[in-house]
Amino acid sequence: MFEVIFLQFLNGLDKGAAYALIALGLTLVFGTLGVVNFAHGALFMLGAFCAVTVRMVLTMETVTIDPEQLSPWGAPLEIREPLMQAWLGDTGAVLVNYSVPLSLLITIPVMFVIGVALERGIIKHFYKRTHAEQILVTFGLAIVAQEVIKAFFGPNPMPQPMPDAARGAADIGAWLGMQANIITYPVWRLIYFLFAAVVIGGVFAFLQFTTFGMVVRAGMADRETVGLLGINIDRRFTFMFGLAAVVAGMAGVMYTPLLPPNYHIGMDFLVLSFVVVVVGGMGSLPGAVAAGFLLGILQSFASMTQVKAVFPGIDQIIIYLVAVVILLVRPRGLMGRRGVMES
Amino acid sequence: MTTTPNVVLHVADVHKRFGGLHALSDIDLQVIEGETHAIIGPNGAGKSTLLNVIIGKLAPTSGQVVFDGAVLTGRKPHQINQLGIARVFQTPEIFADLSVLHNVMIPAFAKRDGAFQVNMLRGLGSESAIRREAEELLADVGLYERRDSHAGALSRGDKRRMELAMCLIQHPRLLLLDEPTAGMSRHDTNTTIELLQKIKARGMTKVIIEHDMHVVFSLADKISVLSGGKIIAEGLPDAIRGNEKVQEAYLGGAHRLEAH
Amino acid sequence: MSSSRNDLLLSVGFALVVLAMPIWLAPFGAGYPDLLQRFMIYGIFAVGFNILFGLTGYLSFGHAAFFGVGSYTAVWSFKLLSLDAFPALILAVIVSGLFALVIGYLSLRRSGIYFSILTLAFAQMSYNLAYSVLTPITNGETGLQLTLRDPRVLDAITGQTYVGQPVPTLLGQQLSGYAGFYFCAFFLIVAFVLAQRIAGSPFGMMLKAIKSNQTRMQFTGFNTRPYALSAFLISGMYAGLAGALLAVTDPLAGAERMQWTASGEVVLMTILGGVGTLVGPVIGAWLIKYFENILSALNDQILVRFYSFLPEGVSELAVKVTSKFVGDGWFLTLGLVFVLVVIFLPGGIMEGVRRLANLFRRPGAPTPRPTAHVQPAE
Repeated sequence: MFEVIFLQFLNGLDKGAAYALIALGLTLVFGTLGVVNFAHGALFMLGAFCAVTVRMVLTMETVTIDPEQLSPWGAPLEIREPLMQAWLGDTGAVLVNYSVPLSLLITIPVMFVIGVALERGIIKHFYKRTHAEQILVTFGLAIVAQEVIKAFFGPNPMPQPMPDAARGAADIGAWLGMQANIITYPVWRLIYFLFAAVVIGGVFAFLQFTTFGMVVRAGMADRETVGLLGINIDRRFTFMFGLAAVVAGMAGVMYTPLLPPNYHIGMDFLVLSFVVVVVGGMGSLPGAVAAGFLLGILQSFASMTQVKAVFPGIDQIIIYLVAVVILLVRPRGLMGRRGVMES
Repeated sequence: MTTTPNVVLHVADVHKRFGGLHALSDIDLQVIEGETHAIIGPNGAGKSTLLNVIIGKLAPTSGQVVFDGAVLTGRKPHQINQLGIARVFQTPEIFADLSVLHNVMIPAFAKRDGAFQVNMLRGLGSESAIRREAEELLADVGLYERRDSHAGALSRGDKRRMELAMCLIQHPRLLLLDEPTAGMSRHDTNTTIELLQKIKARGMTKVIIEHDMHVVFSLADKISVLSGGKIIAEGLPDAIRGNEKVQEAYLGGAHRLEAH
Repeated sequence: MSSSRNDLLLSVGFALVVLAMPIWLAPFGAGYPDLLQRFMIYGIFAVGFNILFGLTGYLSFGHAAFFGVGSYTAVWSFKLLSLDAFPALILAVIVSGLFALVIGYLSLRRSGIYFSILTLAFAQMSYNLAYSVLTPITNGETGLQLTLRDPRVLDAITGQTYVGQPVPTLLGQQLSGYAGFYFCAFFLIVAFVLAQRIAGSPFGMMLKAIKSNQTRMQFTGFNTRPYALSAFLISGMYAGLAGALLAVTDPLAGAERMQWTASGEVVLMTILGGVGTLVGPVIGAWLIKYFENILSALNDQILVRFYSFLPEGVSELAVKVTSKFVGDGWFLTLGLVFVLVVIFLPGGIMEGVRRLANLFRRPGAPTPRPTAHVQPAE
């Protein structure tokens, strides 16, 4: 029985990690800029498609048609030669193999620029407008982003292979001194969890230990006072929007091997992430992270056949159910401050 | 506890503690029908806490607030209003998106139809009685000409006067005024005072929370002075004006309490 | 000029415009019943949504759930009771109303974004359940449809029999083609007049006041929650009616009607037309459905023909760029337009019309005062 529970716990971790990463960015934006960003899921999706693009570039091929030879169907044979291998030899093959983690390098600057451009170009005009209008404009942006992606990449999911080294399963049970092959866990999911832990830790450390972070935290608590100190809080907040975009983008990149991305993956995650943010408590970073993992794990338990036998369909609605209960019973969420956005 | 027939509002032995802090101790206050009762006191004396206790927003630690025989504690804002208490806020609370006329008409419906009624068989056009009364009140407060403007576009003084009209149309048994001239220019303050004096002539019971002495002494029939959460003096304006203890507590003796 | 006469003029004008649609929309390529029916149905949906969002300011992201419930109820009524449209519509309005009452009661305990997320959560729950455990009721992905073996108790009693594939009827008349359009148009006109009635009544004024300042409402003696709940209930019933009408014109109910993107669509319609105005949401619904119909039907061949007057290289480029915005890409156009509207014209098309009218009005001419009651709750 312990093994079953432990396994479900593990199974919830990677999804929980994705929720936590998205919710973290949402909360950063909400806490600093006071904006309810319905386009945040789209940033996750854009990150995922950065990975898709990088792989497309890395796997570009030259096609030469050799009229001398015929394919088995009788057409002139097409000789496809991967450019990377042609130029870089084995290094090229390695690059292709590690395309997903490598695309993080591209994703970080790209997402940062997208984030900053969004904030400066559009979001900043909405600080003083109602939350309903913020929801509407970011909702519109999310539609635009996903439709642009659909226009260029088509509507179908685009599977991204993980590096060969990360294939297969890790025998976690054996590591912990249990019988072998009882608790095994796909390596990439483990990587995703560790990656999320590092990113989350990094963001918290950044906010906790740097002067920049201190100012931002002070600004989250009381924007006006910090502004009065003569500190340009706006520029820092713009940076935070960029950072939130980067976090969402990276979360999207690393999730591609687990779930082939399509253009609406962002929306799918966004709805859930909002629920996560609400459960954690609007504006609370630790709350967002805790609730992300909590809900991921809860969802994993709810999908156990034993549970479903008692409550049919529970796996489909568990997250929403938790959100509804939390909102009705404890509207400020698990760790939120009282009165945030209650007006 | 006993309530004499003409006591409208009775704050009976109210204590309010926040943690270890005694925000209000042993407050006993009787507001007699028809009088204008001012509550004054330095900042932090507990004026807002007392007001919030009266309107039921804060529950007293002990004691209770009785209005016309009904205990107010634990009632919701709309229930308290339905008992006959209307309130003017420190910053005017109005319907900024609606026309001035509608702002004044709306409270009349609460008075006539109660806290909730789906009243959609008759159009607004046929509510001529309420419209007429609202227009008369707007004329009284000097806003008749602006009855079709957006309420949000009014000046602060005009908003305050409109808010007063919104309260008056309900013919409340008790009108609570929370710093009715806060943040106003001298001119607006004076017109507001004139207006309040005009209402006073109608014999409406009022409680004013105020720290502008000019306003207080122009209007009040009776003054209670609050300091450190206690009522340190209560009486007619002249008595309060000469009261040494009040002088001392109110401004540390630095200024004299005088009407401008 | 009395405002009740203005009301009457507006409703009569609206009715005429709607009933004459097959004529005046024909030159635009939209004068055929199938599309006109959708205009009517989504018009009702948007008018109802506006009663909640436009008047009280509560932004629901879950109204598609009521639309979907209306559709399912109507199809079940066709299956179990009768192919006649009236029992189906009545039942659909009642059931979606009950549904709205429960969801509204719970969601309205919170306001602002919390309210939006609660409605979203309820709608997503309904959607997910419709696809999973509730398959016996919803028939899952296939969608609920009519079959020859349906019991149809009422029809059996009255001895009605049908030949071939069952289709919904009205007193024995089939509701396809223009009959279906006029049937839906009747309901849109009724829905519009009722919404007009609400907006111009004391009740409507209370709803606008709630949007403007809820605190003041409470201290003025109003219990605001039942007011908001009434608005929620009414708009939920409108959504149910619209969903049922869609089932009348096309008796197949699928869960995708309940997805949150469908909820988002009605938000788009309302904003685009002009939230809080009477005709705005209807115009928004018509425009979105019209351009969806036109733009999503455009393909590369049509574009090539359209751009054939351009020099070769240029025309190819034009085709390539345009094709991203039409056909499957039409939603991109919609998204862009929507973003632009929210940024530059938050009052939607109706505000645009008002601005234009002000622009052309002779400077110095007195601006007509808004007759207090047609005025939108912005």
